[in-house]
Amino acid sequence: MKFLFDSDTWQEIYGSIRKNKVRTAITIIGVLWGIFLLVVLLGAARGMENGFNKLFGNFATNSVFVWTQSTDTPFKGFQEGRRFTLTMNDIDVLKSEYSDEIKLLAPRNQTNNLIIKDFKSGNFKVSGDYPILDQIQKKQLLYGRFLNQNDIASIAKVTVISEDMYKQLFDKDEFPIGQYIKINSISYKVIGVYKPSNTIDFDGDCAYVPFSTFRKVYNTANKVDWMMITAHEGTDIEQMESDVLLTLKGLHKVHPDDERAFGSVNLGKEIGKITGFITGMQFLTWFVGIATLIAGVFAIGNILLITVKERTKEIGIRRALGATPKSIRQQIVLESVFLTTVAGMLGIIFGSVVLFLIDMAFGQGEDAALINPTVNIPIILIAFVTLIVLGTLIGLIPAHMATVVKPIEALREE
Amino acid sequence: MIKIEGLHKSYPIGKDSLHVLKGIDLHIKEGEFVSIMGSSGSGKSTLLNIVGLLDGHDEGNYFLNGQLIKDLNEKKAAILRNKFLGFVFQSFNLISYKTALENVALPLYYKGMARKERLKVALDYLEKVGLKDWANHLPNELSGGQKQRVAIARALVTKPKVVLADEPTGALDSTTTDSVMDLLKDINNEGMTVFVITHEEEVAEQTKRIVRLKDGVIISDEFTNAAKAI
Repeated sequence: MKFLFDSDTWQEIYGSIRKNKVRTAITIIGVLWGIFLLVVLLGAARGMENGFNKLFGNFATNSVFVWTQSTDTPFKGFQEGRRFTLTMNDIDVLKSEYSDEIKLLAPRNQTNNLIIKDFKSGNFKVSGDYPILDQIQKKQLLYGRFLNQNDIASIAKVTVISEDMYKQLFDKDEFPIGQYIKINSISYKVIGVYKPSNTIDFDGDCAYVPFSTFRKVYNTANKVDWMMITAHEGTDIEQMESDVLLTLKGLHKVHPDDERAFGSVNLGKEIGKITGFITGMQFLTWFVGIATLIAGVFAIGNILLITVKERTKEIGIRRALGATPKSIRQQIVLESVFLTTVAGMLGIIFGSVVLFLIDMAFGQGEDAALINPTVNIPIILIAFVTLIVLGTLIGLIPAHMATVVKPIEALREE
Repeated sequence: MIKIEGLHKSYPIGKDSLHVLKGIDLHIKEGEFVSIMGSSGSGKSTLLNIVGLLDGHDEGNYFLNGQLIKDLNEKKAAILRNKFLGFVFQSFNLISYKTALENVALPLYYKGMARKERLKVALDYLEKVGLKDWANHLPNELSGGQKQRVAIARALVTKPKVVLADEPTGALDSTTTDSVMDLLKDINNEGMTVFVITHEEEVAEQTKRIVRLKDGVIISDEFTNAAKAI
C-alpha cells in the first residue's frame, strides 16, 4: 500500500494521463455519464415517490369505500335491476361481525343544497358525517373544530365548512366561528373552517353536519348513502373487502355472484398499483444506471487496453531499466482506479447539481411534480465503491496484458 | 564478470525452429571493453538480449557477476537488470513525455530512491555526459547524439557492473558517433565493463577486444591495437 502514498506513483500516472488528454477525457465522460444517470434517475424516482406519497398523505391508505347500485341477477324472487340502499343495520352488523378487521367505519349521507349567509349564497354539497371521518381523511382546520360526539348525540345544528365556502359566503375579515348560515332554510352554526386537501378528495367543498342532524333534517331514517371502512394494520384488505361485500349481499338478498349490486373502491389496491409502478420504475432506474456504469467501466478497460498496446515499447523500456512486472501492473490498475474515481466523483457532483436544478424547477410549490428528489448517501457510496471495485477488476486485464509480453518483444515493437 | 559456456538459443518460426546461437563460449572480465561484430542475422543481438536478461537461453550456462542465471522469473530478472546492467539502444528508447532528467532518473525510481535524491544523482550524470543545460528538455527537443548521451547517462546512473550497448551509433552520423564512442571509452577507462554490439569496423576498432560472430558461432576473438596501446 505504500506505493499509494508515493508522490512518484502519482507523477507517473499524471505523466501517462497528460500524454493522452483527449482520450482520458472521453473515458472519464463515459463513466461520469453512467453514475450521473444513476444519481439523477434515482433522485427523480424518489421525487415521484414522494409526490405520490404526498398525494395519499391525508388519506388512510387502507380504506375501502362501499355504495349500492342495482342488481344484475334475479335472486330470491326479486327481478334484476332492483335498487336498494345501505342501512344503519348493515353498519351495526359489519361492526360486530368484523370487529377484528375493521378499525373505523363511517356511514355517510350526502346531498346538494343551496347555502345562504345574509345576502350571499352558493350551491354546495352537504354531508352527514360522524367525527371518525376526521381519522379516515384528516381535515386541516383553519378555524374552530371538527364535529364531535356531542354534536351527534345532541343532534346539534352545527356545520364545518370549507375555506372556499367561507370566502364565498362571508365578508372579508369576518370571523366565521359562531356565525349562522342557512342550509335548506335551516340555520346552522359554523363551528369550523377546513382547508380541502389538494390531493385525493371525494368531497370537494362540502358542509359537514352531524350524521344525526342530517338524518333528522332530510328524513333519511335508516338509509345510508355509502360508507368508508378502514382496516386494522396487517389485515388483508382485499379479503376484507370481499367478505364485507358478501355479508352485505346476504343482508340485502342479493345473489352472491352479483357483480353490479355493490360498488366498491379499495384505496389500498389502487395505491398498490401505483407503488408497483414506482417499484418498477426504481428497478428500471437501477438497471439502466448500473448497466450504463458497467458500460462506462468497460470503456475504461478498453481504453487502457489500447493505451497499454500503444505503450508496449515504453513498458519494455521500463522493464529493461528494472521495472518489475508488479510495479507495471500497479501503475496500470491504479490508473484505472484513479480514472473511475475521478469520473465517479464528477458524476455524483453533476448529478447532485442537476437534482438541485430539478428541485428548483419542479420540486417547489403545492402542485410539485417531484418532491425532494434525493438519493440516499449510502446508496451513492455503494455505487461509488462498486465503481471503484469494477475499475480495479477491469484494470487488471490491461495490466496483465502489459506484463505478459516479454520485454524483448516489447522493445522490438515499433 | 560475464561467463558464457556452450550457449544455444533457437526461436520457433512456425513449425520449424531457427537455431540462432550454436554454442557460444565467451568470458568477459571486469573492466573490459568488448565489441561483438557480425552481419545481420549472425546472432549478435540475440546474444546481447540473453546477456541483458531480456531473453532466456535454451542450453549452456551463463554466469553474471559469478551468479548462475537459470530459470529467472520476471521479477528477479528485473531486479538483476536494475542492479547490474545498463542498456543503451540503437533507437535511444527514451520515454517521450519525460524530460531528459526524468529519463535518467527512471532506473533510480525502480531502485526505490527518493525523488529529490535521484534527481540530484541524475543531474550529476547528465553533467558527466555534458547535457546539464538540457536537463529539462523533452527527447524530441534533442539531437540524435544528445539523445544517445542521455541514454548513456541513464544506463550509468545505477552504477551498473556492465553497460550493454546495442548498435549505439547505428542511428548517428560520424561526428556524433565519435563523441558517443569517446564517452563509452571514458566510462571504460573509469573501470566499467562495456559490451558493444556493432557492425561498423570503425566503431569496433575503438574498443579493446573484438569478438566476431558468424551464423551463431564465434569465428574470431582478438584484442585490438587500442588495447595493446595501453
